[in-house]
Amino acid sequence: MSVSRYAFAASAVVLAGLAGLTAATGDVPYPDIPKGQGEACVADTEFMRRNHMSLLMHQRDETMRKGIRSKQHSLKECIDCHAVPGSDSIAITIEDPKHFCRLCHDYAAVKIDCFDCHASRPERKVVAEARTK
Amino acid sequence: MSVKTNIPPATKTFDPARRSFLGSAVAAGIALAPGVFLYGIGTAKQVQARSLDEAASSSVRWGMLIDVNRCDSGCDECVTACNTENGLQGHGRPETDAQWIRKIELRDPASGRQNSLPVMCMHCEDAPCVDVCPTGASFKRPDGIVLVDKHTCIGCRYCISACPYKARSFVHEALHDQKTHAPRGKGTVESCTMCVHRIDDDRQPACVEACNSKGGGAMLFGDLNDPDSEISKRVATYATQQIRADLGLNPGVRYRGL
Repeated sequence: MSVSRYAFAASAVVLAGLAGLTAATGDVPYPDIPKGQGEACVADTEFMRRNHMSLLMHQRDETMRKGIRSKQHSLKECIDCHAVPGSDSIAITIEDPKHFCRLCHDYAAVKIDCFDCHASRPERKVVAEARTK
Repeated sequence: MSVKTNIPPATKTFDPARRSFLGSAVAAGIALAPGVFLYGIGTAKQVQARSLDEAASSSVRWGMLIDVNRCDSGCDECVTACNTENGLQGHGRPETDAQWIRKIELRDPASGRQNSLPVMCMHCEDAPCVDVCPTGASFKRPDGIVLVDKHTCIGCRYCISACPYKARSFVHEALHDQKTHAPRGKGTVESCTMCVHRIDDDRQPACVEACNSKGGGAMLFGDLNDPDSEISKRVATYATQQIRADLGLNPGVRYRGL
């Protein structure tokens, strides 16, 4: 079996793992991802897991270069909805391992640099308790 | 004996035509003499509304007109407003701290005449920073606003050298808790965005707003392409200058009384 096949198999396991979070058996430490503050995401979970980076990249250029500020796929809206409150109801930043983005990205070992520049929590820092599951 | 007049009898009936005439007279400013207007009545909106999913248009050219005679040397409301709006914080190192707008004092040694004025990114039509950028990160939006796309900026600082107005800053320190509307981070170049997030939201730049509410009312923002805009009318009426006009860059920021 070639190296790329191993890589494919490994990524398939990761994706399958992420897809079956609720079906975690307890043998493998899956991240416990909190739900967003809103009712529903802009697309279904499966789609977002695989494609959120493309949506963000597209929106990034539209906003930066053309001044198009539609809210559907804006990072600001993602951060607003997926804010996770800390023990004091203040939204946690990317410094905290429980940050929505970090939970998966730490797990999948994918480093992102969005928050070197972008705020990792909403401007209104106090947020409602996130729903788990 | 009664006096005949042309005035119609008083009536309680509401006349919408009369009201709209009065409204437009207030919005447009009242003409005192040819070329001289009385402003400050009502808030005539300069900015044309644009929907969220509509791209910035090249039919617009955003610009500013700064009346130096109304700018006090002790006032730095525009600088404070800019720092607050964009989350700029100093690190006690004035040489390298980010500075999007600054106040400068000018003195003519021959006459002793002194001026105080704000200087920021001039949003040139032919911007040298855009010319020299090796990655295309420095760019001009269709509506004339010159920006840095920090996603592609590699921090080479060539643009800082190229800018004749010393308008750009480099971020040396890792930053935390930036404003959501003004992302900024270590290793990238930045400068005045003319508060592009506000413009896209149909509002005035923070410095202009602060100058008009707390300062001397020296700053005017508007569309230089629209002949009916307040800024265009003033530029057409009064002598205004661009700093280093000899470079032929056609800056969008103009000064009066320099």
